[in-house]
Amino acid sequence: MASKLGLIIKREYLAKVRNRSFIVMTILSPLLMVGMIVLIAYLAKINDEEIRVVSVLDESAFFQTEFHPSKNISYVHMDELTLEQAKDSTNSLEYYGLLYIPNKATVEETANSAYLFTKDNPNTAVTQELEGVFQKQLRQDRLQKLGVSSEQFSSIEKPFEINLSTFEGEKSIKGINEIKAIIGGGFGYAIMMFIIIYGGFVMRSVIEEKTSRIIEVIISSVKPFQLMLGKIIGNSLAGITQFSIWIVSASLLMLAVVLVFGVDVAALTSENGAVAPGPMGVSQLETMDGKMMIYAKEILDIPWGLLIVSFFIYFILGYLIYSSIYAAIGAAVDNETDTQQFIFPIILPLMLAIYVGFFSVFSNPHGPIAVGFSLFPLTSPIVMLMRLPGGIGEGGVPLWQFLLSIVLLIITFLGIVSLAAKIYRTGILMYGKKPTYKELIKWLRY
Amino acid sequence: MDHILVAKNVTKTYGNYTALSNISLQIPKNCIYGLLGPNGAGKTSFIRIINQITHQDSGEIFLNGEPLAQKHIASIGYLPEERGLYKSMKVGEQALYLAQLKGLSKNEAKTRLKYWFDRLNIGDWWDKKIQELSKGMAQKIQFIVTVLHEPKLLIFDEPFSGFDPINANIIKDEILQLKENGTSIIFSTHRMESVEELCEYIALIHKSEKILDGKLSDIKKAYKNNIFDVGLQVKSRTDNIMQSLEKQFNILSSNIEGLDHQLNFKVQLPSSHTGEILTELSKVGNVNRFDETIPSANDIFIQTVNSKDNGE
Repeated sequence: MASKLGLIIKREYLAKVRNRSFIVMTILSPLLMVGMIVLIAYLAKINDEEIRVVSVLDESAFFQTEFHPSKNISYVHMDELTLEQAKDSTNSLEYYGLLYIPNKATVEETANSAYLFTKDNPNTAVTQELEGVFQKQLRQDRLQKLGVSSEQFSSIEKPFEINLSTFEGEKSIKGINEIKAIIGGGFGYAIMMFIIIYGGFVMRSVIEEKTSRIIEVIISSVKPFQLMLGKIIGNSLAGITQFSIWIVSASLLMLAVVLVFGVDVAALTSENGAVAPGPMGVSQLETMDGKMMIYAKEILDIPWGLLIVSFFIYFILGYLIYSSIYAAIGAAVDNETDTQQFIFPIILPLMLAIYVGFFSVFSNPHGPIAVGFSLFPLTSPIVMLMRLPGGIGEGGVPLWQFLLSIVLLIITFLGIVSLAAKIYRTGILMYGKKPTYKELIKWLRY
Repeated sequence: MDHILVAKNVTKTYGNYTALSNISLQIPKNCIYGLLGPNGAGKTSFIRIINQITHQDSGEIFLNGEPLAQKHIASIGYLPEERGLYKSMKVGEQALYLAQLKGLSKNEAKTRLKYWFDRLNIGDWWDKKIQELSKGMAQKIQFIVTVLHEPKLLIFDEPFSGFDPINANIIKDEILQLKENGTSIIFSTHRMESVEELCEYIALIHKSEKILDGKLSDIKKAYKNNIFDVGLQVKSRTDNIMQSLEKQFNILSSNIEGLDHQLNFKVQLPSSHTGEILTELSKVGNVNRFDETIPSANDIFIQTVNSKDNGE
């Protein structure tokens, strides 16, 4: 018996990995993925490097020293020109725009009558930066009228960040929950992708056996359940092979790209971080280093062992549940176009898990919704993994929830597989019928 | 008599639909047993139960005297009506796989496959994919993988569909050869001409019930109605002789070839005794043909099915 299952697994595996489109996908996907990343990095770099030149015609005395070149804008001062001349030369030099500040008595008045001339509607980043300069100056001016000196003003302006700590007294930092959830979410997302891609393989393989009419020959030699199980295992092994090749080759490619082309991938991610733009003092840099240390510590503190072990547990159980449903669907239909009505209800809980995960677990990893979905067996493989980077026990997922979700998953697995096997057993011998849900329920009783 | 397969009161239902109702059959060893019936009669349901693809709701099945069990799979070979092979798999690889699923070792399977491939002259197909072969060629492979593990009981469901006449003959000869070698064969079909040629025993299933079974020759005997086909050469006056014969016997149909003085007619006698009519006929002419019309399997099939339908 066991050797027959082995034979089936081997055949399914070889049939899959020898398939031409499978080979093409295996080779092309990492290339495409790395290509995409390189392209995005490249585009982002180009975008960053575009510095807009704004010419400044400042007839007043209030803003002379306030325009410092920044990441987005560099300034060219056009003194001693009339407005018309300045406009003409800005145009002929193809600068981004002309900032005109007329000479008025007060800062307030000056600011109110200043104009930014541009060819088209100006970029928001540019206007925001310019407005920032005016605002700062206005605030300082208004405060001075209330008797605040410029020294006092600069001490007021110092940025502030709240100190964070856990109840245990460890220093905590903002964003760590999100980082943890993203790591868990990454695992969960991998499970979802795997289920959708390789569950589909299982389904197509069942349909192929039906349309080629070999199915009855096979099940006169082995039990339908053995065939179904062999098919699921064989296809998932093919999937794991493909996934491993993807990960290894994508990492190697990425490394090669970084080494050869010097694309700064890290720059990509840090750009999106919450690092405030503008000049940073030495002290700020030091706190940044401190923060990085805490981030690194927190990431190292994530219970990686637990996470990986539970990834495999949830992955195997989740995949078995879903792929046996896929197998049952494949058995129920005659061709792939008939599968649509059945596929959607499968994908729904997976999508729900991802969305609930990202919206609810991110903000509140141990709230009622997160707990509910991490116990519900069709979503738990994904949602529980998003919660697990917080660890098990105090401050993390309570042990009973973790165990309960696995127990529920196992019970569901046994239930679904036996139901799916019944549908499969009946469905594979049915030809020419477009099944309805009612029909499928009838098959369960045969 | 020794039986390869005995079914006792086998019943199978699918929801409200009864596929088999109380079927009992005895299939003798080393013969070709025709399982006949119109489409949807329940033949395939019965065969699937023998192959343990599905299970009967009630009743018992014995293979070689033992209750049917999982281990018997290796001693049954099944060629389903709905059959096919993996299209993108190579012929040799596929045949090896299917043989191993039936419990043959890889080496054993290889040796036997070589033998069969040579026997059916398809040795050079080993590395071809099924999708490169014609339908008839694929059927040959299918036949080989069915018989390869030398099962004691072979079940062929419409084995000749998909074959051209020449290859159908080759397969028919192979089936007869297998029977010679001691295999018991169940042959399911609704094509009666092959039944006449091959089957020693038949069972007729109609609307999920067995309505007839036994030795084909016995059944035919039971179904003949003493109808004889007669040719009579007379000297003269064909019309008058015909008229007088019609008075004496139950003439079913007649045709007179006046120029040749030949009378041809079908007559039904009250019993199987032919002495009286032969005496009478000899008086008026020369009997040059006197055949008992034996009903064909086809006739019996149609007759029983119709009488069953009308009688109920």
